[in-house]
Amino acid sequence: MSRNKPVKYSALGLFKRGLSGKEWPRVWRDVDLKKTYDVVIIGAGVHGLSTAYYLAKNHGVKNVAVVDRAYVGGGGSGRNTAILRSNYLTPEGVRFYDRSVDLYRHLAADLNFNVMFAPRGHLTLAHNDGALRTMRWRAEVNKVQGIDSEVIGPEEIKKLVPYMDVSDDTRYPILGALYHPPGGIIRHDAVNWGYARAADAMGVEIHQKTEVLGINTAGGKVTGVRTNRGDVSAPIVINCTAGWATLIADMAGVKLPIITHPLQAAVTEPVQMFLSSVVVSGSLHVYVSQTDRGELVFGASTDPYAAYSMRSSLEFTEELAGHVLELMPSISKMRVLRQWSGLCDITPDFSPIMGFTEVEGFLVDVGWGTYGFKAGPASGEAMAQLAATNKTPEIISAFDLARFEEGRLASERGAAAVGH
Amino acid sequence: MILIPCPNCGPRNSSEFTYEGENKERPNAATVTKAQWRNYLYLKNNPLGWTTETWYHSSGCKKFLVAERHTMTNEIRSTKALGQQGGAS
Ligand SMILES: Cc1cc2nc3c(=O)[nH]c(=O)nc-3n(C[C@H](O)[C@H](O)[C@H](O)COP(=O)(O)OP(=O)(O)OC[C@H]3O[C@@H](n4cnc5c(N)ncnc54)[C@H](O)[C@@H]3O)c2cc1C
Ligand SMILES: [Zn+2]
Repeated sequence: MSRNKPVKYSALGLFKRGLSGKEWPRVWRDVDLKKTYDVVIIGAGVHGLSTAYYLAKNHGVKNVAVVDRAYVGGGGSGRNTAILRSNYLTPEGVRFYDRSVDLYRHLAADLNFNVMFAPRGHLTLAHNDGALRTMRWRAEVNKVQGIDSEVIGPEEIKKLVPYMDVSDDTRYPILGALYHPPGGIIRHDAVNWGYARAADAMGVEIHQKTEVLGINTAGGKVTGVRTNRGDVSAPIVINCTAGWATLIADMAGVKLPIITHPLQAAVTEPVQMFLSSVVVSGSLHVYVSQTDRGELVFGASTDPYAAYSMRSSLEFTEELAGHVLELMPSISKMRVLRQWSGLCDITPDFSPIMGFTEVEGFLVDVGWGTYGFKAGPASGEAMAQLAATNKTPEIISAFDLARFEEGRLASERGAAAVGH
Repeated sequence: MILIPCPNCGPRNSSEFTYEGENKERPNAATVTKAQWRNYLYLKNNPLGWTTETWYHSSGCKKFLVAERHTMTNEIRSTKALGQQGGAS
């Protein structure tokens, strides 16, 4: 197996290259597609890449190909608004997402790639009694799991976000908020590239522009995939294709309870730093954060109908602007720089689906909806363990595919419908 | 914005409608098993291409309609009132 010894990124290295003017080497290799692998992972988003990374790192499984019909991070992993948090509603969810935030905390050192994790605090606003009740419920579930999460009132919100209108003469007055100090934002591209580079360094192959056209099975077992670059055989195939997950599962004859909805986002021109926390409002269907570069990043709920189209729409920006200005009237002169859209694989209970299917060797890591970026490290770690040991790790046992037929839903609707 | 030709009201912005989702055959409640019922509730085809779905004209005539829509282009090639054969397009 060809190995790749990447240069170590460091301040000294940067300085030396600056002086010598020497080109940086490619971040990961571009190699020929082989005929056979131990594991083929479909989708080079954060889930596929982290699964490959932990397969190689934790289990020594390095004969792995990650194939993507487009490019690394071309799906939701390069289009999300990069919010990390663990203040979910179900104990299983809280435990799982907290493991992910934990892994994110030292990911930069693990990957030797600056992922710019900024735990600046996360606020979910409540504009009515029902929402406030859900916040209290979440805070209690969170505290039992040892997660820093509490309900705060308008005065404290004003201290954290001075530009927010917390007066009671607005259309939707702010009654309180769920405050989650460890939540924050990260640089999503760096996470994707960092995982790709570190996995590649251990021997994993990343194949972009390699589209899966079919899944080969024999006697109820997966035997490989058909691609635009030829057939590849493998005893384990993992579906990490998020918004396209049902199309891939259909190829294996596996039905998934998933509907694909587009989700849009927008970013403004950069301004001086004034907003430290991530602010989410479920009632107003909007959230906002400020990147380290100073841009405001906005998001909202998914488009209201199922679609695979990634076109952005004017009505999204119009509605968004109206709602954002309700919260922060003073930013009315800011200009939107860009808007875009990505696909989300929505499940009936707003929880993911990870694990085995009725086709032996065909595994799924899907159903990541609007909230899956933050889960990348924990799901990669767990899926790698599942693939390597053929056993479901405890931390993801509540998220199996069989739960729908057996009626054991893990409902996160109250914690994941708008706040991603 | 996609325009939905309502059989009663003519072409209207999709924001006037509530999306009810993909049409599916409802199993017979008298004979259905639990597993079949849950499959009916949760499993969708989620196709990339033409799909048949129900919309409710909530800010209009307050009637349901069945549309054939393409999930990539959002083109709508036919609509008809729910429970009616043929119809406007
Ligand atoms: C606008 C927006 C905002 C979001 N905000 C947040 C947030 O703040 N926090 C958060 O945690 N989550 C957020 N999400 C959700 C998050 O982005 C996703 O859940 C996550 O990135 C999914 O990662 P993935 O690796 O599973 O899939 P993706 O990154 O979507 O990757 C799937 C890959 O599969 C490939 N593929 C598809 N079909 C084929 C085929 N036939 N053959 C080969 N490859 C194929 C695609 O090209 C794609 O690269 C947001 C999503 C969007 C769209
Ligand atoms: Zn009408």
